[in-house]
Order: sequence, then C-alpha cells, then structure tokens
Amino acid sequence: MKRAPGSVPTAAAAGLARCHACGQLSRLPAAAGGAAAACPRCGAALHLRQPASVARTWAYLSAAAVLYVPANVLPVMKSGSLFGVQEDTILSGVVFLWRDGSWFLAALVFVASIVVPLAKLLALSFLLLGVQWRSAWQPQWRTRLYRIIEYMGRWSMLDIYVVTLLAALVQLQSLAAIQAGPGAVAFGAVVVLTMLASQSFDPRLIWDAAAAAPAATRKPAPTEAVR
Amino acid sequence: MHACPECDALQRPVPLQSGGMARCWRCGAVLYRRRRHGLDATLALTLAAAVLFGLANAFPLVGLDLQGQTRDTSLWGAVSTLWDQDMALLAALVFATTLALPAFDLAAMLWLLLPLAVGRRPIAGAQVLRGLLAIRPWGMVEVFLLGVLVALVKLAHLATVVPGVALWSFGALILLMAAAAASFDADLAWARLTDAPQPAP
Repeated sequence: MKRAPGSVPTAAAAGLARCHACGQLSRLPAAAGGAAAACPRCGAALHLRQPASVARTWAYLSAAAVLYVPANVLPVMKSGSLFGVQEDTILSGVVFLWRDGSWFLAALVFVASIVVPLAKLLALSFLLLGVQWRSAWQPQWRTRLYRIIEYMGRWSMLDIYVVTLLAALVQLQSLAAIQAGPGAVAFGAVVVLTMLASQSFDPRLIWDAAAAAPAATRKPAPTEAVR
Repeated sequence: MHACPECDALQRPVPLQSGGMARCWRCGAVLYRRRRHGLDATLALTLAAAVLFGLANAFPLVGLDLQGQTRDTSLWGAVSTLWDQDMALLAALVFATTLALPAFDLAAMLWLLLPLAVGRRPIAGAQVLRGLLAIRPWGMVEVFLLGVLVALVKLAHLATVVPGVALWSFGALILLMAAAAASFDADLAWARLTDAPQPAP
C-alpha cells in the first residue's frame, strides 16, 4: 500500500501552498514575479517551502556549534563562601549532583543540558546533509527524528533556570553568595539558536529530496538491465 | 483537501469521532483533531490560568533559611537579581520565556475567546492568533518549574527551604496552561475569526 515517494501527490506539485499559520490550502499565483502572496484566510505570507530553509538552518546551527564550546567550558555559576570562590561549569554541576546521591536529578540535568543540545546539533546537521545529498533513505524515520528534536529543544533551558534561582536565593552576605557566570549566557544562546535552527528547518524538504532522488539511488529498472 | 505540514502529501479529510485525531498516511504527522469541548472550555481553563499566573507572580516562589539569615524571591526578584549582576542578556531571556511570553499567551487567548464567547468578532483576530501560535514554543513555564525543583534539591542540604505560595501556583498553572493549549481548537478558532466555512467535522 506504500507508494514510491515520487508518485505521491503533494500540495506543491499541485501548485498549492499550505499556510504555515492557519493550515489553509490555497493556489499560489503561477507568475507571482516575486510579489509576496498572502493567505486569503489569515493574511500570513504564503510559501511552498520555508524560504531559504537550508541556508538559515545551517547559519543558526553553526552559530550554536561555536557557542557550544564556551557554554561548556566557561563557568555558568560562581559561588563565593567563607571557604573561597568556586566556579561551576555545566558538567561539574552534574558531577556535584551525582556525588551528592541525587542520581535521578544528575541524569536529568545531564540529558537536558549536555545530551539534548549536542543531539540537536548532530541530528539537524544529519537532516540538512540528507536534504542536500538528495537522500531517499527512510524519510519517515528522518521526519520522526525532526519531530523529536522540535519537542525536546525547550527542555535544555533547565540549567538556565536553575542558575537563575540559585543566584537569586543564595545572597547571604557573610555566608555564601552565588552569581551567574558567562557560561550561562553562552549556554542560553545555544538553546535559543538551536530552537531557531529547528524552526527554520522545513521537514517537507526531506520528502522533496526523497522524491527527486529515485533515479540515482534505486537499482536500475530490470528492463534496462535486460536490454 | 488537506496538505500535511511535515511532508506536503495531499489527502482528503476524513470525519472524526469526538476526541479523535487524523494522522498523515505517509509520515504520521498529526493533521487535525476533533476536540471534545468547544472554545468555551478553553476559555474557562484560560481564565483560571490567568488568575493563577497573577498569584504565581505576586507571591514569593521559595524562601531560604540559613543559620538565622533568611531570603526569599519571586520570579521577578530572580530576574532583577540577574540584571543587577550585569547579566542583562540572561535576565532578558528568563524574563521573556517565563513572564512576558506566557503573559502574552494568556492575554491573546482571552482577547480572542472572550469576544467569541459572546458572539462577537475580536479586533485584529487573525493577527493576534498568528502571533499567539508563533510565540507559543518560547513560553517555558513548565521547564522553569522543573528548574526550580532542581535548584531546591541542590539547596536542600545547605539550608532550610521554604516553598512559597507562588510555587504551588506555578504547579497548578502549568497544568491549566497545558490543558488550555490541548483543548484549543485552532481550526475552529480560525473559522470563527474569519467567517470561512467551518472545518469538516
């Protein structure tokens, strides 16, 4: 019952654009000549695919990859107490929780702050390369991967809120004071940039590429082989 | 006809039972749902959420008691502490994701749903609904609450932690906001806002 990707009727092939805001299908004027079409129902700008999706996603993604380094190397938090100043990176915060016996929380913070941002960087790069190389491999699986990334991204903000609250609460002049560190700014930027990256990626490109690919990736048709 | 938002496959809409959802045959994305209740249920949940949002920001979130020294903070207090520590960018990020955008979310829902409930058309309805759907991924109240809980566990063995009124309010708020978002029938709202034909049942 599954049809080959190339033979599936798509909105774009029929000259129809789905409004990204309200979902309304409408016919794109064939010769728009660069004039922006607007959704007749809600007025949002109409596009067959997100404009410059691949370039924008790469741009956000490379900015995020660059900032991923200071986000993990610089301290996200500085705690001063009677015993001196201690600087914590994201990873040392996880180690602290682990040593403390809060294994569940340690695992939670590790996944939210370290695994998820890294997984987003790698998975989006993988999806972009798949589109650029016109891959026909498992478009369904890749769409599902995209959906998971879209959903997980926001949870990386966890550490930002932990630092915010610690810095606000632990201000006991003589005993202890906690300050947010420069790593937290870089980390916040990574979360925002990877969210922008996944929003600007258009999963329909996966299917477009898969539909355009078959000639290159499929085995030659038997008739050709016989001849 | 419907086009899948994730793979663009064209498909004919099928009638759904109440509470059901339609998925794309090709990639499995959710195409549309049929909610159990209409926009009035969403309005009720949103009103309750707005009250709790007020409470959650009017009272201290948590207090700390360390050898006689006490300190408590509200969400706004936490944001302004960051600001004072020369962390303006971080303060802005926390302010936007936990205060400004959730407030806009609730206000926009009320802006749309209150007039619709009495049979009127809200002013600039399409623009407001578009804005609402665009900012929604950036409101992170539920992630914030998890962050508060992690921070409390970290502090629990240094000092006595006193949960404040706002902490419980936030707990109830995320449940109500999630319920309001889940019950919100955007297709129906689009149809009511623009007088387009109602979506196929």
